[in-house]
Amino acid sequence: MNTVAILLSSFVLSITGLFVFIWSLRKRLFEPTSAAANVIFSSGEIGQGEDPSATPAQRAALVHPRRAPLSAAEDAQLQEELAARVEADRSTSLVSFVFLSAAVVWLVAGSLAGLTSSIKLHEPDWAVQQAWLTFGRIRTIHLNIIAYGWAPMAAFGIANWMLPRLLKTPLIGARYAILGCMLWNAGLIAGVGCIAAGISDGMEWLEIPWQVDILIVLGGALMGLPLVYTLQARKVAHLYVSVWYMGAALFWFPILFLIANLPAMHFGVEQATMNWWFGHNVLGLFYTPMALASVYYFLPKIIGRPVQSYNLSLLGFWTLAFFYGQVGGHHLIGGPVPGWLVTLSIVQSVMMIVPVISFSVNQHLTLRGYFQRLVYSPTLRFIVLGGMMYTLSSLQGSIEAIRAVNTVAHFTHFTVAHAHLGLYGFFTMVMFGAVYFVMPRVMSWEWPYPWLIAAHFWLVVIGFSIYFIGLSIGGWLQGLAMLDAARPFMDSVNVTIPYLKSRSVGGAIMTLGHLVFAGHFVAMVLRYGPARTGAALLHTTTAAAAPTTLAGA
Amino acid sequence: MHDELKLLGGAMVTLALATSALVVVPFMQLKAVEPPAGLKPYTSAQLRGREVYIKNGCIYCHSQQPRDRAQAPDDKRGWGRASVAGDYHYDKPHLLGTMRTGPDLFNIGARQPSQDWHLGHLYQPRAYSPGSVMPSYPFLFEIKDKADPGDRVVSVPPAYSPYGKVVVASQEAIDLVTYLQGLDHTYPVIEGKAK
Repeated sequence: MNTVAILLSSFVLSITGLFVFIWSLRKRLFEPTSAAANVIFSSGEIGQGEDPSATPAQRAALVHPRRAPLSAAEDAQLQEELAARVEADRSTSLVSFVFLSAAVVWLVAGSLAGLTSSIKLHEPDWAVQQAWLTFGRIRTIHLNIIAYGWAPMAAFGIANWMLPRLLKTPLIGARYAILGCMLWNAGLIAGVGCIAAGISDGMEWLEIPWQVDILIVLGGALMGLPLVYTLQARKVAHLYVSVWYMGAALFWFPILFLIANLPAMHFGVEQATMNWWFGHNVLGLFYTPMALASVYYFLPKIIGRPVQSYNLSLLGFWTLAFFYGQVGGHHLIGGPVPGWLVTLSIVQSVMMIVPVISFSVNQHLTLRGYFQRLVYSPTLRFIVLGGMMYTLSSLQGSIEAIRAVNTVAHFTHFTVAHAHLGLYGFFTMVMFGAVYFVMPRVMSWEWPYPWLIAAHFWLVVIGFSIYFIGLSIGGWLQGLAMLDAARPFMDSVNVTIPYLKSRSVGGAIMTLGHLVFAGHFVAMVLRYGPARTGAALLHTTTAAAAPTTLAGA
Repeated sequence: MHDELKLLGGAMVTLALATSALVVVPFMQLKAVEPPAGLKPYTSAQLRGREVYIKNGCIYCHSQQPRDRAQAPDDKRGWGRASVAGDYHYDKPHLLGTMRTGPDLFNIGARQPSQDWHLGHLYQPRAYSPGSVMPSYPFLFEIKDKADPGDRVVSVPPAYSPYGKVVVASQEAIDLVTYLQGLDHTYPVIEGKAK
C-alpha cells in the first residue's frame, strides 16, 4: 500500500467525520439539556444518595443536607417508580447471582495462579516438576482465568442487573443468560485444562483451542440475548450513557472473538497484527466500556446527582469507539509489520487522550462538592478510584505508544505493570464497587461485616500500589539496560530481581484482599449477619418519615 | 440518544474501520509476500519441537523479532538483522512474542548451534547462565541409574547432575532443541522488501 493512498483515505475519512459532526449538530444531538442524564433517577430522587453497602452510621452521613422534603404527590410517584424498580431488580436477582458467584470463584483461582507465576519469576527452580505448573503455562492460565473468567462474569453480572433499571422494564430472557453462563464456564474450564495439558493455539490472549472456543461463542451469544429482548421492551425514550457502552460492547466482543478464532485463516505477520487487534480490543472495546457503563450508572446513583455533562459523555463514547479499535498495532512497534500500520496505531493511541479526558473531566465535575462522600460510601471509594485509574492507565498507554518511550518499555515488565493498571486498577476496582452495590439488592441481605469491605479496600489498594510502582521501576530499568549495548543481557535480568520480589509481595497482599472479599461474599450468601426484610431501595428521608428512619431497614 | 439501531450501526462502523486497518488490509498486503530464498520450510522434527515451544509457553519470555539497529542494539547482542514479513512465511501460529525476560531467539540456532548446550540448558539454565530466571524443565528429562541403548544422555555440569545417576532427554526435549537449532535467519534479505 503506498503512502498516497493512505493519506488520501485518511483525508476522506476526516472529511466524512466532519460532515457527520455538522449533521449531528443540526440534528441537535448535542442538545444542551441534560434530560437524558436524569433517566436513571425517579422523580424526586435526585439529591438522595444511595449506597446499599453502607452501615446505618455511614448512611446518615450520606443524606444530602440541602434537600427539601418531598411533597405528598411527589412522594406517591416516587413510591410507584420504586415499586417498578423492585420488579426490575427481582427479575435480575438470580441471573446476577449466578454470574457474580462464578466471577468470585474465578477471581480467587486467577489470583492464586498469578501469584504462583510471579514467584516463579524470581524462584525459577520452585515447583518445576509438574509440567502444568511451569511458568509459561501457569502464567497463561492466570491470564485466561482473569480475561475470560473473572472479567466477563463480573461484567455480565453487573450489566444484566443494570439493564432493567436503565430501560425501566423487567429483564426478559434471563434463562438464556443463565444457560449461556453455564456453557461459557464449561468452555473456560475446558480451555484452562487444555492450557494446563499443553494444548494451545499459541497466541497471546487466544490460547484456548478454537474447538473449545465454540462453547464460549455459543455461551456468549446466549448471554447477549436478554440484552436484545430487554432493549426491545424498553419503556424509556432516552437510552442512558451506560446502555450505549454496554450495548456496543456486547456486540463488539463476539465479532472480535469470532474473527480472531477463525481457524486456517490467519498467517505469519498478518496473524500478529490480528493478534494485537484482538488483544487490545478485548480491553478497549469490551472491558473498558463495561466498566465505564458501571461508573456512569453507579457514580451518579451513589451521590444522587446526574452526570454533569451529557455531551461530554457522548463525545467520550464516540471517540472511544473510533480511536480505540485501531490502537493494537502499538504492540508491534519495531516489528516486521507494515510501517503505515504502526504509525496509524501510534496516532490513534495518542488520540485516545480525547475520550479519556472527556470522561475524567465529567467524573470530576460530577463529583465536585461531593468528595467528602468518599469517606462514608464504601462503594463510591472503589468506583471513584477505578475511574481515576482509567485516566491514569489510558494516559500512560498513550505515552507508552510513542516510539521513543516504546523503545524502552516494549518487551519489559513495564508493559505488564501497565496492563495491570488498566485491568486491575481500573476495571477490577470498578467491578468491586459495583458488586458491593448490587449484591445487597440481589440477595435482599446486608453485607454481614462492613469492616471487611474496608479491609478489602485497603488490602488491594496497598497491595496494588506495591505491585504497580515496583514493577514499573523494574521494567523501566530493564528496558534501559537492554538498550545499552555495553551492558551484557544478564544485567537486564539482574536489575529486575528486587522489583519482581516486590511484585510478589504486592500480589500476595492483593490475593489476601480477594480472599477477604470472597469470604465476605460467601458469608452473605449463607446469610450471616443482620437480617433485612424486603428490598430496601432508599435509605433516606421522605416527608412522611422522620429523618432518622431508614426505610425498609 | 434515542435509537439503538443508530447506536449499533455506528458501533459496527467503527469496528469495521479498525478491522480493515489491522486485519483486512494487512491480509491483502502480506498475502503475496514471498519467502526469502534462504528460508527453508520446517522439517517435521522441527515442527514437533515448535509445538513443544508453544505448549510450554516459551513465547511469554522470548521474542522472535529483532529490531532495527536504528532503534535498538539488537544486532550488537547477536540477535541478528531486523526481521521482515517474509521471514515468517512458514510460521503458523506466529511466535513474535512481546517480552524479553530472556533474549530474542530469532537466530538462536546460529548463535548457539550445540545440541549438548541446549539440552543441558533446558535441564538447568543456571548451570550455563548464572543468575538466569528461566525455569528448569525436569519434566522434559528422565533421571536413570544407567542409560539404556538409544538413550540421549545429557552432559550436565557435575555440580548440577544428580549424584550417581544419568540425565536422559525425552523425545520432546530433543524435538524442542531441533527447533531451536533451526532458528537461523542469518540469510540476506533485501531491506524493506515487505514494507
